[in-house]
Amino acid sequence: MTETQTTAEAVTTTRPTLLEARDLHVEFSSRGRRARAVDGVNLAIGEGEIVALVGESGCGKTTLARTLLGLERPTSGEVRYDGNPLTYTSKALKTYRRQVQLVLQDPTGSLNPRHTVYEAVAEGPRIHGLPDEQDLVSKALSHAGLRPPDRFFLRYPHELSGGQRQRVVIAGALALNPKVLIADEPVASLDASVRGEILALLLRLRDELGLSALVVTHDLGLAWNIADRVAVMYLGRIVESGPVEQVLTAPRHPYTQALMSVLPESPERVVLTGEPPDPTRIPGGCRFHARCQVLASGKAAEAGVHTRCRTEPLPILPATPEAQAACYYAETTTP
Amino acid sequence: MSLLELDDVSVTYRIASGDVPAVRGVSLTLDSGAALGVAGESGSGKSTLAMALLRLLPRDARVSGRILLDGEDVLAMKWGRLRAVRWAEASIVFQGAQHGLNPVRRIGDQIAEPLLVHDLAKPDAARGRVTELLEQVGLPAWRARSYPHELSGGQRQRVMIAMALACSPRLIIADEPTTALDVMVQAQVLTLIKELVAQQGISLIMISHDLSVLADVCDQLAVMYAGRVVEHGPSSEVFHDARHPYSRALAAAFPTVGDPASRMAPKGLGGDPPDPMHLPTGCSFHPRCPVALDECPTLDVELWAAGAGRVAACIHAKPATATAPASAPATEEPA
Ligand SMILES: Nc1ncnc2c1ncn2[C@@H]1O[C@H](COP(=O)(O)OP(=O)(O)OP(=O)(O)O)[C@@H](O)[C@H]1O
Ligand SMILES: Nc1ncnc2c1ncn2[C@@H]1O[C@H](COP(=O)(O)OP(=O)(O)O)[C@@H](O)[C@H]1O
Ligand code: SF4
Ligand code: SF4
Ligand SMILES: [Mg+2]
Ligand SMILES: [Mg+2]
Repeated sequence: MTETQTTAEAVTTTRPTLLEARDLHVEFSSRGRRARAVDGVNLAIGEGEIVALVGESGCGKTTLARTLLGLERPTSGEVRYDGNPLTYTSKALKTYRRQVQLVLQDPTGSLNPRHTVYEAVAEGPRIHGLPDEQDLVSKALSHAGLRPPDRFFLRYPHELSGGQRQRVVIAGALALNPKVLIADEPVASLDASVRGEILALLLRLRDELGLSALVVTHDLGLAWNIADRVAVMYLGRIVESGPVEQVLTAPRHPYTQALMSVLPESPERVVLTGEPPDPTRIPGGCRFHARCQVLASGKAAEAGVHTRCRTEPLPILPATPEAQAACYYAETTTP
Repeated sequence: MSLLELDDVSVTYRIASGDVPAVRGVSLTLDSGAALGVAGESGSGKSTLAMALLRLLPRDARVSGRILLDGEDVLAMKWGRLRAVRWAEASIVFQGAQHGLNPVRRIGDQIAEPLLVHDLAKPDAARGRVTELLEQVGLPAWRARSYPHELSGGQRQRVMIAMALACSPRLIIADEPTTALDVMVQAQVLTLIKELVAQQGISLIMISHDLSVLADVCDQLAVMYAGRVVEHGPSSEVFHDARHPYSRALAAAFPTVGDPASRMAPKGLGGDPPDPMHLPTGCSFHPRCPVALDECPTLDVELWAAGAGRVAACIHAKPATATAPASAPATEEPA
């Protein structure tokens, strides 16, 4: 039924870093106020590694992803690829985008309805003036699971199912033989039944082509399905990160715990109330403190950290592969 | 007594290129105060069925069969009666409808509109009722003065629910009420819907392609494929132990985080969704079915009894008369 079923294997080896965010800040001005959409992020993606970036709507996931792609310039900090900081000249960026490709959210919106599948996939190779265009397109379509590829060349998006359209979008990204895919909600607009097929495809691309991927999502099940590591973002910062097995079976940050608790079938729910957090008004102290269930329940006070929760800013987590959480209370409960 | 009774309901869209049989002979009942989930992939006929219940279909749609709401035949209702029924007895929250709020009118006025139109309240009383409704959906009273763009997606969805509640209906039909929302907001909206069903005794039909969401909120689940109900039963049984291979594929699509079986093993369903104008012969699911038998392409499927209070339209669920002899005694054949 599925394309590939890789057996679960814990990631114990540290992979050499390919793409990295170092102390990254991205600010926008929004109605005369500063929106700190990304507010200090360290994140490393290793060779052949799949990292899931999760968090609620508006927490800065897409902004971080766009900055990693060079589509947005950081206010401070840097993006490094293969050991070198990004250069923001158009020539350097063009070369960079052959290595790091974006897969967009909504396959219907990201395909031109008047372009055939062939034209959609050939666009990248044409822009970069690559030889053997037809060969590149064929290979990309087969890798994306559209086989035999020539049967799809002349089809238009409306003649394809949602899953096939998403495969065309992925093929478009693969046509340039990139090293890293950055996928923003790759299955959010797809049906449940198609979802697994596309996720299996991302896993297979990693196995066959050694691709690395950053998958942006608010779906923790997706992270469980395909990611080696997960980074949980809240209001512009990564508040918890580490191997999926560890973070998603024993989350330590109260925000991660709340996200896990609203999954169907979890026994006790922590439904966070209040407005979605606003990057123009990041609270002092721990940025989660106004909504934190651990602080509200008095557990933080019992552990004697409540004052720090409210007043003392937490340090920015480093880009280490091991499990870590930015929380005063979590610190007191771990050996 | 049942609040809603569907007997052999079919809906066919007549379009230039031919007939589209979108719903094909659906029979279901819903008891007062009960919650029924309708699942199925995009195009399976869920929204068409929902709209048929209140005769909201476009002109080119032909409906047959019988739809009884509180014993009254919806298909035979006069226009005026139907209009009253639409708000006061049953109301519908549409898929993506939060985008359908009027952008230039305050939300309080929009919530009050059905009350005023149906003469259920004078303007003064309507204002009080709006406050009450906002409270019920967890929004502060001052939000009545907000415009839609000042609200988040989840808040707009709450406004839609408040509108649906305005005339105190006995039945709410919610078509994909949380599909576009992120996990935490989805949890907020689902909690709200569950409370309404439990505390106000409102009956619910909820439509989604996410079985886990439906299993969480509803007591009964019906799974649709190609315009037909292919499985029906108590929701946790259908979700955890589906009898139809299509329901099984839908249930497996969303993994349980922490379940080793789904770690690095996304499960999908191969093949394309059926084209309603060219449905496969026999069991419509046979081209995609992982456990199809030789006779499936010519099989006359019906909903066979598949355990207490359960039915499934699959030869494997058929009582042990035609297939290989089983040890279990043949259960009652449905008429
Ligand atoms: N160009 C911009 N100008 C002003 N504010 C912006 C801009 N882009 C993003 N923001 C703000 O920055 C914050 C982070 O936005 P971002 O799109 O990165 O969120 P996200 O985590 O991807 O959310 P979602 O899950 O809804 O896609 C939001 O508050 C958003 O409104
Ligand atoms: N107004 C319409 N005219 C013609 N065909 C339609 C119309 N609305 C829906 N359909 C078709 O009817 C089938 C069922 O659609 P729908 O009820 O929207 O499914 P779902 O809600 O399960 O996604 C699909 O094949 C769809 O293309
Ligand atoms: S630091 Fe304090 S407020 Fe922040 S998440 Fe931890 S316990 Fe909650
Ligand atoms: S009847 Fe046959 S094809 Fe249909 S679901 Fe059952 S096994 Fe599969
Ligand atoms: Mg985004
Ligand atoms: Mg629909």
